[in-house]
Amino acid sequence: MSKILFKNGEVVNTARNTVDKADVLVENGLIIDVAPSIESRDFEIVDCRGLLLVPGLVDMHAHLREPGEEYKEDIRTGTTAAIHGGFVAVLSMPNTNPPSDTRSVVEYIVRRSKEEEKADVLPCGAITKGRKGEELAELGDMMEGGAVAFSDDGNWVQSSGVMRRALEYTKFFGGIIISHPEDKTLTYRGLANESPLTIKLGLRGMPVEAETIAIFRDIELVRLTRGRLHLAHVSAKESINLIKRAKEAGLNVTAEVTPHHLVFDEEVLISYDPNYKVNPPLRTREDREAILSALKEGIIDVVATDHAPHADFEKMDEFNAAPFGMIWLDFAFSVLYNELVRSGKMDLPALAKVMSTKPAELLGLKGLGAISKGYRASFFAYNPNVEIIVNREFLKSRAFNTPLYGKTLKGRVEWALKDGRIYRF
Amino acid sequence: MESQQVKRKDLLGLEDLDREEIELILDTARSLREILERPIKKVPTLKGKTVVNMFFEPSTRTQSSFDLAAKRLSADTVSVSTKGSAVQKGESLLDTLLNIDAMKADAFIIRHWASGAPHFLARHTEAAVINAGDGTHEHPTQALLDMLTMQDKFGKIDGLNVLIVGDILHSRVARSNVFGLKKMGARVTLAGPPTLLPEHFESLGVEISYNIDEAVKDKDVIMALRIQKERLEEAYFPSIREYRKFFGITRERLRKAKDKAVIMHPGPVNWGVELDFDLLQERESLILDQVTNGVAIRMAVLYLFVRGEKSHE
Repeated sequence: MSKILFKNGEVVNTARNTVDKADVLVENGLIIDVAPSIESRDFEIVDCRGLLLVPGLVDMHAHLREPGEEYKEDIRTGTTAAIHGGFVAVLSMPNTNPPSDTRSVVEYIVRRSKEEEKADVLPCGAITKGRKGEELAELGDMMEGGAVAFSDDGNWVQSSGVMRRALEYTKFFGGIIISHPEDKTLTYRGLANESPLTIKLGLRGMPVEAETIAIFRDIELVRLTRGRLHLAHVSAKESINLIKRAKEAGLNVTAEVTPHHLVFDEEVLISYDPNYKVNPPLRTREDREAILSALKEGIIDVVATDHAPHADFEKMDEFNAAPFGMIWLDFAFSVLYNELVRSGKMDLPALAKVMSTKPAELLGLKGLGAISKGYRASFFAYNPNVEIIVNREFLKSRAFNTPLYGKTLKGRVEWALKDGRIYRF
Repeated sequence: MESQQVKRKDLLGLEDLDREEIELILDTARSLREILERPIKKVPTLKGKTVVNMFFEPSTRTQSSFDLAAKRLSADTVSVSTKGSAVQKGESLLDTLLNIDAMKADAFIIRHWASGAPHFLARHTEAAVINAGDGTHEHPTQALLDMLTMQDKFGKIDGLNVLIVGDILHSRVARSNVFGLKKMGARVTLAGPPTLLPEHFESLGVEISYNIDEAVKDKDVIMALRIQKERLEEAYFPSIREYRKFFGITRERLRKAKDKAVIMHPGPVNWGVELDFDLLQERESLILDQVTNGVAIRMAVLYLFVRGEKSHE
């Protein structure tokens, strides 16, 4: 493959926290030089004037629904949506059918990902067989088959004994346990955050304590086992304090937040729009602000989308009956750029860090997370001033379940590069 | 009759209405109630209009009350209930609505087990949507008929002391009454076991009491709510016996109330649980007045919310 020169882009550098005008030279899927000006010879040249070049995003939490629920999404549509949104690697949660609790399912996902050649799919294996929280799945075997982490996502491992074993056992190969912190005995049939607002709306509550109790238990088990824990979709202010203390105690605990918990709070539920029904539920404004601060301070390490596609006929229903979740892969970066960077709450390198550099580091993905010499040529060009409309034509995901459907957003991924291959939209 | 109109397409809850709109509905109900006393209980006001009753949860009195109200005003009525309808065949709520909407309905009366279901449907139809009870959220016509009944009895709502006792957490009747009564100037106290009355209710501007003996003392209206036996399954209280002991409206307990205090209940009553039957011997109950007023309120709501040309005598 010949050399490609990306000329005159604004390159986001998350290590130095800068955005620099620079040229990027790519060969054989790798970045071979980044410099203020690279003299062009017989290279193919891509003009990047006026474009931000951002390291390829890594999503630690997505539901791609294959195998089993391809009517919602599959690996083709999910990874197309991902690359369309600037994501070069996506962790796929194991709540598929069959669940990804054996090496054969993990290998199937890896193979499908290679066939599609869009964003890389990183399979997350289940912690327990059938995600039932009873017997450990073959974690080591799944790791060899390509699993990058383990989670019973959607289910918290209710048994402390089983969770202890999982955190302990995975130490021999450095496995990451991702916990979905929710004490389900407190959220039984719950629909929304438990608060004065939802009491008024008559929506059955899911108290913050369902999350904090679970996080507290999980952290105590890390103290006991010295295992590696990552907490999924942290939603509440009180959870932040627990995570902060765990980190201060030197425990190997990291955490993520979703875009929806950063940009919406429970007030939107007065519309009863089922597209706002997510788990954990949208919390109060105070929670949202605390989470954003924690993300800026590094107490929360990464943004992960929890992209959760559902078919229209499922989601377009009464609030009680609609399933939890919303989609994000196609436009998460645009939304967060507007809500955080444009509004001045966070600078661009910091956003790129929590969406690319940090998740790549947590998952041990070599060569992702920076536009630097020797890294994989996986980055994207972002034009913050072009508008997109979130509609059927725009979305590459099979699903449309987002409250932003039909809305106009500023900012577009012009093209994405993965391992030197360019995807234009 | 003056053809005053309300400012909105749908009646989804009393939280949305202002005092003037509530008064308009109550006044309209009072003038329409006279029709119910006539030998021929029918006027042609809504002739040619189609009112669809969609009940996704069993209900005897609300459904028949709405049905009668529509018929008294000469509307054509259709009833869709969960039993035997497409809903049981897996058709979605929205599909059911859109199909009936395509038959050109003017109003949908919706009772649904999910909070917000009428709000969801209202966004998908031009027809008026009247909430006949949504999950644990609101039951606006029930609260309106309760307020009409109180107004009849006391001449006004402003300044009344109202106690609502029971399963507040799951009660749409309680919520709608709180919103309506507060707007009309009443003072509202909610009472019941703490499991069924979380402190978050204080944010609605009401008082909360866990002591019924104290709470009944200065009240003009004591409204008991139905206790569903299924609440036992989720351990909201230990037993019916214990509920009655601490929270039931008994004859003895009522002796502590004001002499002119009245008993109300949205029905159907679990006699011997939330209300003791024998208290009717010494207390005035407005429970059947509530039922009569229910038809009048629903006539008023249909009259005000069904749009377009109306026939007048």
